[in-house]
Amino acid sequence: MKRREFIKLSSAASAGAVVSPALMLGGCVSKPLPGTGTVTSTPTVCDMCFWKCAGDVYKEDGELWKITGNPDDLHSGGRLCTRGTGGPGAYLDRDRLRKPLMRVTVDGRQTFQEVSWDEALQFIATKMQGIADTVGPERMALLHHGAGGHHFLHLLRAFGSDSHAEPAFAQCRGPRDVGFRLTFGESASSPERTDMANARCIVLLGSHIGENLHNGQVQTLAEAINKDATLITVDPRFSVPAGKSKHWLPIKPGTDIALLLGWMNVVIEEELYDKDYVERYTIGFEQLAAHVRQYTPEWVFLETGIRPDVIRETAREMGKAAPATVVHPGRHATWYGDDTQRSRAVAILNTLLGSWNREGGFYIPEKVDMPHYPLPDYPKPKFKTGDAYPDKWPFASQGVTNGVIEASIGDDAFFKGWMVYGTNLPQTIPGAVDKLRAAADSLDLVVVVETMPSEMTGYADVILPECTFLERYDDIRNSGERHPSLALRMPAFEPLHESKPGWWIAKQLGERLGLRHYFPWNDYADKLDWELRQVGSSLEEMQKIGVKNFPRKRPLYFLEGQNVRFFTPSRKIELYSQQLADKGFDPMPVYTPPEPVPSGYYRLNYGRMPAHTFGKTTNNPLLFQLAPENQLWVNPLVANEHGLASGEYVRLASREGAISSKIRVRVTERIGPDSVFMAHGFGHKSKRLRLTAGAGADDSELMTNIKVDPIMGGTGMRGNFVTFVRQPGEGGAA
Amino acid sequence: MKEELLVTARGNELIDPSLHIWTWEVAMYLFLGGLTAGVMVFAALMTVLNKDEEAPFAAKRLALLAPLVLSAGMTTLFLDLEHKLFVYRFYTSFQITSPMSWGAWILVVIYPISIMQILSTFRSGYGFFAGFADRMTIGREILDFCERYRRQIAMVAIPFATALGIYTGILLSAFGARPFWNSGVLGPLFLVSGMSTAAALVALIARHHSEKALFTRIDLGLIVVEIALVALFLINLATGTGQQIDALQSVLGGPYTLVFWVLFVGIGLLIPLLLETLEITGVSKKLAMLAPILVLFGGYALRQIMLDAGQESSWTHYDTQYNSELLERLHEENP
Amino acid sequence: MTRFAMVIDTRTCIGCGDCVVACKTENNVPEGLNRDWVVEATSGTYPDLKTEFRSERCNHCSNPTCVTLCPTGASHLWKDTNIVLVEPEKCTGCKACIAACPYDARLVMHPDGYIDKCTFCHHRVEKGMDPACVSSCPTRCMHFGSLDDPSSEVSKLLKTREYKVLSPETGNEPNVYYLL
Repeated sequence: MKRREFIKLSSAASAGAVVSPALMLGGCVSKPLPGTGTVTSTPTVCDMCFWKCAGDVYKEDGELWKITGNPDDLHSGGRLCTRGTGGPGAYLDRDRLRKPLMRVTVDGRQTFQEVSWDEALQFIATKMQGIADTVGPERMALLHHGAGGHHFLHLLRAFGSDSHAEPAFAQCRGPRDVGFRLTFGESASSPERTDMANARCIVLLGSHIGENLHNGQVQTLAEAINKDATLITVDPRFSVPAGKSKHWLPIKPGTDIALLLGWMNVVIEEELYDKDYVERYTIGFEQLAAHVRQYTPEWVFLETGIRPDVIRETAREMGKAAPATVVHPGRHATWYGDDTQRSRAVAILNTLLGSWNREGGFYIPEKVDMPHYPLPDYPKPKFKTGDAYPDKWPFASQGVTNGVIEASIGDDAFFKGWMVYGTNLPQTIPGAVDKLRAAADSLDLVVVVETMPSEMTGYADVILPECTFLERYDDIRNSGERHPSLALRMPAFEPLHESKPGWWIAKQLGERLGLRHYFPWNDYADKLDWELRQVGSSLEEMQKIGVKNFPRKRPLYFLEGQNVRFFTPSRKIELYSQQLADKGFDPMPVYTPPEPVPSGYYRLNYGRMPAHTFGKTTNNPLLFQLAPENQLWVNPLVANEHGLASGEYVRLASREGAISSKIRVRVTERIGPDSVFMAHGFGHKSKRLRLTAGAGADDSELMTNIKVDPIMGGTGMRGNFVTFVRQPGEGGAA
Repeated sequence: MKEELLVTARGNELIDPSLHIWTWEVAMYLFLGGLTAGVMVFAALMTVLNKDEEAPFAAKRLALLAPLVLSAGMTTLFLDLEHKLFVYRFYTSFQITSPMSWGAWILVVIYPISIMQILSTFRSGYGFFAGFADRMTIGREILDFCERYRRQIAMVAIPFATALGIYTGILLSAFGARPFWNSGVLGPLFLVSGMSTAAALVALIARHHSEKALFTRIDLGLIVVEIALVALFLINLATGTGQQIDALQSVLGGPYTLVFWVLFVGIGLLIPLLLETLEITGVSKKLAMLAPILVLFGGYALRQIMLDAGQESSWTHYDTQYNSELLERLHEENP
Repeated sequence: MTRFAMVIDTRTCIGCGDCVVACKTENNVPEGLNRDWVVEATSGTYPDLKTEFRSERCNHCSNPTCVTLCPTGASHLWKDTNIVLVEPEKCTGCKACIAACPYDARLVMHPDGYIDKCTFCHHRVEKGMDPACVSSCPTRCMHFGSLDDPSSEVSKLLKTREYKVLSPETGNEPNVYYLL
């Protein structure tokens, strides 16, 4: 019946439109075709996610028209993804932050008040100086995500603090990077250095490329499919790549290490491994062979539910295609708390197949050798980020955000001030809302730099409105990849309202903190121009071309029989890790069975949808109208048992009692009967995000059972169990 | 399980979640158009068959209703247009493959024919008003002319009015994209229904008992034919393509089952059939006034149900992953 | 008559919806309305499943019932091609074409009130470019060209690959092809 009601609503709206005589006269005449006006374009580097694809911002008669990929950009194949194409929505979003806001108390109630930039900046500088004077500058931490975070890292380092963390580490790719670094001495990089376009066999473990739109990854995977590469997808859910795979292995959740060990067992037992590669580059093969002997396919079957013949067949496919086999390192790797070890297992399997830095496996990334603008040295901080949580997570190669938050609670807390840039911590750190509240209460200063009124802004003392990527300069894109290149982000528009570029905000704060010599440029363009001139380009040239490609100076892969010194203590690929053993961890990956699903509960699986970059884009009007909410995937058997139907709304309760917002049920066979699934990034609570507020549910608030990786501090999020709750008067079709 | 799901939200007005482009305005137009056709056919038939004595109302006065009813129908049709000011665009071309274009032009022909039909019996039917016309030479001459050619005018009116009646059905059945409409029976069914409603109208408002009785008998016959055509229509869909079989479900257990069988078949056809039979056989005349009212109601119900069920029938059956109501937020000042 | 076709490879389509956003920005389609959309079709029972993604739009049929049923000639073929366009200056908003499309590919352009639809980006095709959706597709699963030219990419793909069209039984002879 609701369906008809909607019809009535919309036809009433259309009747209203028809009645208006002005509209009757105004319409029904041809409009000029797109692009017939005066068209201009400005280069940009997309900031809709972290991939940093280069594009062109088109204006027609001065109005924003569209953003398309820069055809010269090899990093993005000249094409933007859904979110990049939706970039205009970031600029046009009517809910953007407009003016600096400061927390004030009026009649005993806290509220935000619009203040001038000068007042806001002076307040922050005074508070920061106070922290430096009383407990030292290191007690001021930066929590950040995205390209613009660099301006504030520079500010903090100049200020005397090197305390910083990004959730991209301990909530995402940290275990992978640490696992790879422990094995190869190098990480899997961003963009990932996978050579999928040339691979003959690709193995995805829980990595749903295509649902995440990591542009280069998606494009090279499609290329591999076009070239008929064998695709093996391990996922309890029938993900998008599972649907494109020759082998889909619907694994029992949390048992991936068992499968990886089983594959190693077959690869070694059947001598499918690359003997020359292993002998030349690795240490610990004997220990590894002895270690994996116990993990026979038959044993693996009992743990994973994957049949022994399938395990053998897929291992043989990998062996046959090797070294052109990519066992994909994934990206979001914080699953079960043993994630560094799982990533180690992935790295070791790739080593056995000889695919690290070999064609069709992984390539050696290369950047453009561009000097940085000369600046005075930073003062040497007395503490590092990790000193805030000593004796924990010895292999955390970056700041651990959850560690920083915990070290900010209480009067004797390590940290006294936060600057938060571009990261919405309440939706990013699992089950952390209470801790964030406690930290905000303890801290002397919380500054949030944002374009949108995210939930995080609610914790701030001062909110500084940054303009969007379409209105500012940032650093030149120079990421390690297949083809070294530089790309320019520049303003296509003047900043809307009173928003300002991040570099300007950082410089203004720096000047108020007496750090003017660290910000010698009048305009960031001056800095960029200097740097570009060092490599034979200039800002003027880049403003015309947007992207400049450079020739590689080093080979893309290891040469045949090349001797290599790896950046590990042994200078070899470490199949057996003495480093781990020295700190009391397993030197080789060991399988631990996952916590079983309690009766009446379902495993909470979560992931991405291609229309959105987590919660960052859900209020973007172009992307909102593409995907306005997330859905809860429920297997038909489960739906039947609970009387759930597609289109109805339910809430979820975690085993520990957290209750989610309402979420729309999708009954689908694409998920098994032991789990439910939702895309991350919805369930916004900030009312000021007028499109997305209250649409869908937030998986992170259901994460009440976090397994922290003892090696590097990553928050394992896949061990959460939920069940359905229907509150009186709720539910029903919509 | 088979899922076909829109994974990009789509809230195209009048289309999502299912087609609903035409509402009561069009159903009313189809009903009134059919009624007009019936009115003109009966007025003409009574002339051709020389029934001035047995059916004085139908033969001499009924025709006046045609342009009035038709104009009411045109008004509701006009209300449906998204762009009312541009209604004249129907008459800037003739599209031979478009029943709607045919319809637009048939209406152009129907109006003068129906006016001439009125004028041909104006003096005998509406003497008082004819008196005004007769005071002017031109008026007299026109009335003379129409009376002289009364029979010929009626002969011309019959095929054109029949075309109008059938057209209201073909208008819908031409839409191959709507499986529920895609039946050749729809033309004859709408024609017969239109004639039935016209017969009921005469039975309702004619003064003489004999004329009422005559048209009750005619209506009875038409109802029987209409029931047969409804049965044919259902059989036609039931033995048609997969899409037609699917579409038929909307009246065989689907959302339109109740209205189709109770409102249209029950109240609009079977009850009048019973009442009229009782009346003609002389068993009971208590509810004689009710039957024609029900027939008129049934005639409208037929169009409305056909229109709604047909629009919902489609070749594509996509569920949507999203609640389209959320898209309304885009248009709200403060959602 | 030039017959333009779109050929979409369901093997590499991931259902990301870039085509939908690209259409919206290129053609400035009003908020909430769509000229193209993505369908996910899943069949089978866990874990024996098959999923297909399809980017859908007007099929620019060779036998376009929306054109034949239009009472004013507003729905017409562009130049000497199969590209179906609407001439707003002839449209009355009678909505016959919406009912006539078996693919539900037409929409009312509110607030202007005339009927709107995918144009195959004829303003780009005229300049030798692909439609915006095809140009944006990150997996390059979409292809566009003339079926009259045997050497065009679309002709070659249809010669070498298995394909289908949507509801061929409509008799409309659609020109958006899906490679299997």
